[in-house]
Amino acid sequence: MAKNNAAFVRHQLIEEQAPPITERGVVKWVRENLFSSPFNVIMTLLSLWVIYSIIAGVAPWFINGVWNANSVRDCYDILDGATGACFAVLKERFPQLIYGFKYPSTEYWRPNTAVILLLFALAPILFRKLPRKFLLFSLIYPFLAYWLIWGGTPLVPVVAFLGFVIGIYCFRRFSANAFALGAIIGVIAANIFWVLGGYVVDANETFLALQAVPSRDMGGFMLNILLGTIAVALSIPLGILLALGRKSNMPIIKWICVLFIEFIRGVPLITLLFVANVILAFFLPPETSIDLILRVIVMMTFFNAAYIAEVVRGGLAALPSGQYEAANSLGLDYSKSMRFIILPQALKISIPGIVNTCVGMLKDTTLVSIISMFDLVGMIRGPILSSTSWNGVYWELFGAAATIFFVVCFSVSKYSQWLERQLETSNR
Amino acid sequence: MIKQAKNEVSDEIAIGIKGMNKWFGSFHALRDIDLTVNQGERIVVCGPSGSGKSTLIRCVNALEEHQSGQIIVDGIELTSDIKNIDKIRSEVGMCFQHFNLFPHLTILENCTLAQIWVRKTPKVEAEEIAMHFLEKVKIPEQADKYPGQLSGGQQQRVAIARSLCMKPRIMLFDEPTSALDPEMIKEVLDTMIQLAEDGMTMIVVTHEMGFARQVANRVIFMDMGQIVEQNEPEEFFNNPQSDRTKLFLSQILGH
Repeated sequence: MAKNNAAFVRHQLIEEQAPPITERGVVKWVRENLFSSPFNVIMTLLSLWVIYSIIAGVAPWFINGVWNANSVRDCYDILDGATGACFAVLKERFPQLIYGFKYPSTEYWRPNTAVILLLFALAPILFRKLPRKFLLFSLIYPFLAYWLIWGGTPLVPVVAFLGFVIGIYCFRRFSANAFALGAIIGVIAANIFWVLGGYVVDANETFLALQAVPSRDMGGFMLNILLGTIAVALSIPLGILLALGRKSNMPIIKWICVLFIEFIRGVPLITLLFVANVILAFFLPPETSIDLILRVIVMMTFFNAAYIAEVVRGGLAALPSGQYEAANSLGLDYSKSMRFIILPQALKISIPGIVNTCVGMLKDTTLVSIISMFDLVGMIRGPILSSTSWNGVYWELFGAAATIFFVVCFSVSKYSQWLERQLETSNR
Repeated sequence: MIKQAKNEVSDEIAIGIKGMNKWFGSFHALRDIDLTVNQGERIVVCGPSGSGKSTLIRCVNALEEHQSGQIIVDGIELTSDIKNIDKIRSEVGMCFQHFNLFPHLTILENCTLAQIWVRKTPKVEAEEIAMHFLEKVKIPEQADKYPGQLSGGQQQRVAIARSLCMKPRIMLFDEPTSALDPEMIKEVLDTMIQLAEDGMTMIVVTHEMGFARQVANRVIFMDMGQIVEQNEPEEFFNNPQSDRTKLFLSQILGH
């Protein structure tokens, strides 16, 4: 017990009070973050000045921007010497930027519908809380989108889809006894169905047909979306398989995967695209005409898959071996332990890396402009900039292309951050 | 006086190991191991680190492959045949030093996953079984949490429940309390003692000698990859025969 009157009883409780004005809200934040020391004050003022000069320099360009003109000459006339952008090109060439210059303008509703439906197809894949039944639509979507974009009779995608269904059904049916037997029977059954279905399609080419649009008429941002979506969608499963193959105990599978990954990673994408465009034509027999878009998609898928495989391999290696052992000791076989235990964790670790590669792939789709395909950048570099009316409008066009890609890629990266938070279970 | 938890041991052989050898590269990890474990028997394996005790029990459910000799578990010989290995693994439960719960699944999902996909138990039934065993290890209220939210002792008890959900005939424990804080060791040991009282066949690698005295039918001492001495616990602790055993016991009991 202390000596001097340690006994104390409080009769009245002190009400909670607000902190002094310098310790709350904006004032506190400004004091602590902007003006806490003389050096800080100088840096703050300097930054404000830099921000001001940038805005002051760029603002007139935006504000004076001309939206209605028929050529770059018109723009200059309207601006009359003042600084200003010539946004009219975006307005006048909007369909070309988005759909390319050959896609029939009466059919624009088809890619539009395909993009809107794409959002519905992606939703159940991206958001796990949505009902699993919606995944059925995601399965059908690729075939539906093919019909919408390329046109022709819907029998083609229907036959393709049913072929897959039959193949998978046969595989399920027979793989219970032996995996290889099931796979072989599945492939044979699907192929037989496709050959037979081919006759039906040939006989009914006009059945419910939409106007057919050949691949070489695809262009604009639509082509970027098309290539990017398909390449990313195919390369993620392929990349996972390659990563698993690289860690396989079976030497032949392992070496095939290692060779594939190392070869593809060691070659620039643009080289692969040239191979797809030019060199394959020398090696394939003359009568085969594999669609150029298909060849490009295959190359992009391979390229992206090789990178994803390495990212996923990193994720697999990061898991403690105890996870494999625990799964094994519970009697889970290889495919089940991968599906339920290993891959969910390894992929979660790999999300930033996978998204990184995929965002890169989305942007790399613009490389096809070099093999004379008219994607967004190809359209700008080719038909638009070389036309007499819009010659020299670089900033507006490339700025618009950059903005479009930024919006898409930034959304993807925001989604991935959200997904990582969703999957966080360790310290919730 | 420690309560003795010793049940009837049947004549049926649960695990038979004959002349088994195991190498890691050129290192001879297990040398000519002969061991027979009867149904209902509880065996404690002890020995200095690196003596091969963990490797021995990991060979029993084929987490490690043995290179020569014979291991017969529950009447099935362990060969490289995948089907045999999966069959044995679903009959043999295993608990690890570091629990190895699946961190991305809830406690309940940890316990039901193998039932649903290996045993093909319907989900509702699997959840009932899981809750039954979670109650048995006294943590049913944690069922919806994730492993990362539990203490070490709780995680190890979940790991035991997860193994029990597969209704194994044999349980292997690989130093189940070595990674735990002292106050959590007891809760895990109590769970294991209860399991022993229920007549489970167990092989336990541990340094908990109190547990060995109370529960084991037989204590095995290993060194340099071989079985140096095995005996009933009273005899083993009070009257060790080999010098190596005496040295080991004096070191772990001497403080």
